[in-house]
Amino acid sequence: MKRLHGPVPRRNYTGLLASLVAIVIGLLLGFLVLALCNPPQAANGIKTLMLGGFTGGMKGLGNVLYYATPIIMTGLGVGLAFQTSLFNIGGPGQFIVGAVCSLFVAIRFNLPGPLGWIVPLLAGMLGGALWALLPGLLRAHLGVNIVIATIMMNYIGMYLANHIVKQAIYDPLKGQSQVVPAGHTLPYAGMDKLFPGSMANIGFLIAVVMAVIVYIVLNKTTFGFELKACGKNRDASRYAGINEKRNIVLSMMISGALIGLGGALMYLSSAGKYIKPVDVLAAEGFNGIPVALLASNHPVGIIFTAVFIAYMQVSGFYMQTYRFSPEIVNIIISVIIYFSAFALVIRNAVRSFQLRSAPQGKPAAKGGKKV
Amino acid sequence: MSSFYFLCQQTMIFFVPLMIVALGELFSERSGVLNIALEGIMVFGGFWGILFVSKFQASMPVWLCLAAAIVISMAMGMLLSLLHAFASINLKADQTISSTALNTFSTAFCIFFARVVQEVEQVSFKNTFRIDKIPLLGDIPVIGPMLFQNAYITTYLGVAILLVSSYVLYKTRFGLRLRSCGENPQAADSVGIDVYRMRYTGVLLSGALGGLGGLVYIIPSTTMFNSTVAGYGFLALTVLVFGQWKPSRIFFAALFFGLTKTIAAAYSGIPFLLGLGIPDTIYKMLPYIATLLVLTITSSRSPGPAAAGVPYDKGAR
Repeated sequence: MKRLHGPVPRRNYTGLLASLVAIVIGLLLGFLVLALCNPPQAANGIKTLMLGGFTGGMKGLGNVLYYATPIIMTGLGVGLAFQTSLFNIGGPGQFIVGAVCSLFVAIRFNLPGPLGWIVPLLAGMLGGALWALLPGLLRAHLGVNIVIATIMMNYIGMYLANHIVKQAIYDPLKGQSQVVPAGHTLPYAGMDKLFPGSMANIGFLIAVVMAVIVYIVLNKTTFGFELKACGKNRDASRYAGINEKRNIVLSMMISGALIGLGGALMYLSSAGKYIKPVDVLAAEGFNGIPVALLASNHPVGIIFTAVFIAYMQVSGFYMQTYRFSPEIVNIIISVIIYFSAFALVIRNAVRSFQLRSAPQGKPAAKGGKKV
Repeated sequence: MSSFYFLCQQTMIFFVPLMIVALGELFSERSGVLNIALEGIMVFGGFWGILFVSKFQASMPVWLCLAAAIVISMAMGMLLSLLHAFASINLKADQTISSTALNTFSTAFCIFFARVVQEVEQVSFKNTFRIDKIPLLGDIPVIGPMLFQNAYITTYLGVAILLVSSYVLYKTRFGLRLRSCGENPQAADSVGIDVYRMRYTGVLLSGALGGLGGLVYIIPSTTMFNSTVAGYGFLALTVLVFGQWKPSRIFFAALFFGLTKTIAAAYSGIPFLLGLGIPDTIYKMLPYIATLLVLTITSSRSPGPAAAGVPYDKGAR
């Protein structure tokens, strides 16, 4: 169809544009809610919402990066599975199992030097990968619905994680997991110099490196191509000689490993995060879904989306100063996601505009990186 | 014997909301729209119903209060699902994205709103809806204490919904048309069925039943509603797949899940199970492991509605 109408650029900015429009709409609606529910404080509320992440200058920014780290990882995991058309809603399970595995290794094994934190991180990845392995196998070989299988694994993982915490790494006085011994927490890697007084550590850098690796694997390797091909058309992939079952399982395992690493990075920091063995699914695990969706599953886009969401969360925290509930941030995020679902409509509108204008000899639109 | 009766009564409390919500989702998916916003719809519908109960239960008779709360919950569930319907039907948006948005929105909004109107996020109410014993029926030996004591009127409402849904879906013209839109909307359109309208109806029904399910879940399980239904919306989705998109099997799937869940929650009160000495954690995992096992055996046989999750585009070839 499009070839008949002349040159239409395959790559353009419409995806990014659609996300930006969604963000603006979300923020405006958020302002409206603030203005309606507490008019005298609305101005302060809006100001905090926009600038709250900068509270304390570089310290605030460092905290934003710290909070963004697990969100990047869960976003990457969910996004990667989406590329293979697998809706991995098992984030909460993979996240908490990864976190517990890494805490267990960090607290119980006294490994020397940098191994003290590297091995726990690997343990976290392994835990997450294992937790995604079973749903992957069930999906690939027995046709079990991946959404259902991962939801079940969420609960099983949560109870298992709580059990391990209580049995092996429990601090009964505080009712939470034990403190990670010094030397086994993540190093700062210069982030403490850059963002003095903040909680930022090497975790953010690891997350960014992971995003780049995922980008390269997905876009520059045969393996990545196979993963995406299985997502686009499973039958055609099989016809082309791709082992689609293997790819489904691998996609899930990598996805789980990324999410598990997110759990490890969050709890191995020295920022005072502990696992409380209560029967509630890890909310961080679900956060990956909106992040991946908002970034259209693009690994680099996920970094920016995650930082944006973390920024909003930090702002939301400070909004309590003006007696606004921090939930306003989630309301705004949900509105943004809802409107980003309209991206297709916006994209089609732009495309039809390009189709109409292209034959008249105008340059259709600027090329560029697809975001 | 009393622990057996207790088990039955508890199972009803767990399984009825699951079944109601799964039946709602059944209508939506049969019409061709995937609605994974059930969790959000349950919270949203339940929230408004409970808020009403909390504010007005002192000033009206119990039955009227419950009836009004049911209507409010259903209406608010429909309102939220309308957003999903608009995005996924008219705008052909990705149905996963818009559902995810609604799930996030619902909990956030309810907590935010509760704080605005009453300072704290928990909505507290008095549970005056439990019926100790239903006259006549409750006196029947064995069945009486099993089904008609310590019960909620909403349980029987759930059973009525099951029967009506089954009838509507398979014995009426509307049901046939709805199902055809979920299997092959192009073909349905070609014989003059309004696919958009059918899909709207499906999604709105899922909203109404989802909201009702939220209320039904909240009333017996807490008196301090905290804007969460503990993943029941997602579990209802499981029950639907587990029940292979058929009302009667959904009933059994929900019952199975409700029973295992009850055992997990109440095993310490049952001397036989307590005597086995199995750790607490295993019991808690039991419903989920069992479901996963059953799914592995049954899933390959039933793929579900062919067009569920695919936006209907009139011009598509």
